Amino acid sequence: MTTKFEVNGKQVEVDVEPRLTLADCLRQNLRLTGTHIGCEHGVCGACTVLVNGDAVRSCLMLAVQADGAKVVTVEGLSNDADLTPLQKSFRKHHALQCGFCTPGFITTAHALLTEEPDCDADRVREVLSGNICRCTGYISIVEAVLDARSAYKKDGAR
Amino acid sequence: MKLPPFEYAAPATLKEAVALLASHGGEAKPLAGGQSLMPMMAFRIAQPSLLVDLRKLPDLKSIAIDKDGVRLGAMVRWRDIQDDKRLAQAHPLLQAAIAHVAHYQIRNRGTVGGSVCHADPAAEMPGIALTCDAEMTVMGKGGQRVIKAADFFLGALTTALQPDEILIEVKLPAWPAGRRFGFQEFARRRGDFAMAGIAVFYDPDAGGTASNAHVGVIGVGEKQRRLGKAEAAINGSTLDEAAIAKASAAASAEVEPQDDIHASAAYRRALTGTLLERALKSAAG
Repeated sequence: MTTKFEVNGKQVEVDVEPRLTLADCLRQNLRLTGTHIGCEHGVCGACTVLVNGDAVRSCLMLAVQADGAKVVTVEGLSNDADLTPLQKSFRKHHALQCGFCTPGFITTAHALLTEEPDCDADRVREVLSGNICRCTGYISIVEAVLDARSAYKKDGAR
Repeated sequence: MKLPPFEYAAPATLKEAVALLASHGGEAKPLAGGQSLMPMMAFRIAQPSLLVDLRKLPDLKSIAIDKDGVRLGAMVRWRDIQDDKRLAQAHPLLQAAIAHVAHYQIRNRGTVGGSVCHADPAAEMPGIALTCDAEMTVMGKGGQRVIKAADFFLGALTTALQPDEILIEVKLPAWPAGRRFGFQEFARRRGDFAMAGIAVFYDPDAGGTASNAHVGVIGVGEKQRRLGKAEAAINGSTLDEAAIAKASAAASAEVEPQDDIHASAAYRRALTGTLLERALKSAAG
């Protein structure tokens, strides 16, 4: 079936089986391999993308359900030249080791900070509880997100 | 795992959706947010031949509040309930319970209708529907019918919904001012499935004597249920320490908990009483 949607500001049209998840469609059909697939049943959060501004698990959504939607993946958050303040903060605080879960943390934290730039540590922990990281122990991730808040207060994005 | 193959349709009208469901001999499933159905399909617990996506159906996404109560469209998301400021007055128990549903990303897609029809024994929304005497409006080939919550939830993952019917609305009766309530749930990590959860409300008179007590438990036993003996212990009392202890003991005695990898039956029995005690204390406070 044909499905048309916007990915990172660009209109795309793909012909897919209904059973193809949005996560697989992004990686296989659109070659956007920044979105990682961990558990494939909605537990790990690695595949988190933004659909119409909301952070959602792309393994629990069909590509055909994205028809007409605006999708933003981790690739869409930065430009090629520079890291975003959130990404810089992850680097500064050593908020990743192997990096497999990082795209999911970045997209989730971006959605949170865009909507709630004043969130406190408890709120950050609650929101990130839907993402699993087996390397860092989360403390550095929470610190990175908290430290990036100031960038979202100024211009509301990036 | 990758999903098993199926056909997909996103009809524009309810009538079309019902006809599509009926055309597949009970093998078709409505798709709302997909936050339970998609994992079930990944695990091959469900293998529907057709998914009827409800996303294009009009009028299923609204939260209507009037003197008769709160009407939640089947496609209302957890996020919508959390964001609706009117509900703090119109149904505070609903908002308190929904704060425990799953994680951030799931709450952006998971729906009232999906959860009620999935009928997981540990899920908050079916528990609230049952505790609050909700009415489900469903649409089938023969038109609409209304099913009371007590007749809707038949067992784990089993409801009175027929294969060609679609849930369109959940109605919670009006919430009077002065009603006291509490919601307590325990999971190892907030957002995970409850090992046990308790919803309680009652209406105190001017002297503080409780009546109309409703106590519901989730995550304990094979389905969400009311606890009649605990309710009887609350009614007519002023919820002093002795009454709370009595209600809590009644709740522990009344449940029929199961052992599983998350908790033993004995733990769940004790937890049920503890959670009712905490819920009643928070209701009084």
